[in-house]
Amino acid sequence: MANFTPISALAGGGLIGLAAALLMLLDGRIAGISGIIGGAARAARDDLGWRAAFVIGLIAAPLVYGAAGGDIPPTALSLSPATLAAAGLLVGFGTRLGNGCTSGHAVCGMARLSTRGVAATFIFMVAAFVTVFVTHHLVGG
Amino acid sequence: MNILAALISGLIFGLGLVVSQMIDPAKIIAFLDLAGSWDPSLACVMAGAVPVAAIGYALARRRPRPLFADTFRLPVLSAIDARLIGGAVLFGVGWGLAGYCPGPAVAAIGIGRPSALIFVLAMLVGMALHELPLLLARRPSSSEV
Repeated sequence: MANFTPISALAGGGLIGLAAALLMLLDGRIAGISGIIGGAARAARDDLGWRAAFVIGLIAAPLVYGAAGGDIPPTALSLSPATLAAAGLLVGFGTRLGNGCTSGHAVCGMARLSTRGVAATFIFMVAAFVTVFVTHHLVGG
Repeated sequence: MNILAALISGLIFGLGLVVSQMIDPAKIIAFLDLAGSWDPSLACVMAGAVPVAAIGYALARRRPRPLFADTFRLPVLSAIDARLIGGAVLFGVGWGLAGYCPGPAVAAIGIGRPSALIFVLAMLVGMALHELPLLLARRPSSSEV
């Protein structure tokens, strides 16, 4: 538990929860990132603006944080483009098939006490634990 | 106004990912690596996010409609079916491979991280592949009109 950062994690989590609460109270929407992006494919034209705005806000966040003097250290994880592409394909297809990702199912789903959200969270957590165990301890290690 | 609200929500969401360091896939892998030097930070992020969102949703339930929209758009599905399970498994495997889920990956584009860009482009392709059969199935009906 060398790098455990409970305070910043709780604080950041609080911000994520606040963002989800605001999006529901103001726009009546679930703050699920895969749904906001993937749902654009089937959305009506007048339903696209808020989706684009949310994504722009998300991308702007690190820039705003940096401009305010915050420091974002580079990640220590380096992966091959092939692994990144395979992971991206799985995440993209999987989140549309299962109607959600970490934000929609775990944060928003659990906050609503949604049975599907809790079930999906449990399943993707187990799948991710197993995947990391296999890739980090069984293969290549 | 609803678009401005979404922009602000996206911004706060992204700041949350930055502050909690969830924008760093190494931090995600450290949580998922139970057999390594485990970092439970992601659980704290959830512990911070879920109650705050739950309060927001409880407040929303007392209101007839959102401030800047006509209705609350809540998920209507309730069954735990093969799609949900299969989708969650595929997502979990992808998440474990790269340490990226959609939110942090999109936000990390903002700091110009090439790995995030590759991941997000592939994610968009994956999403499009899922929509493909639906788009093809729609074609005959549209030619009838």
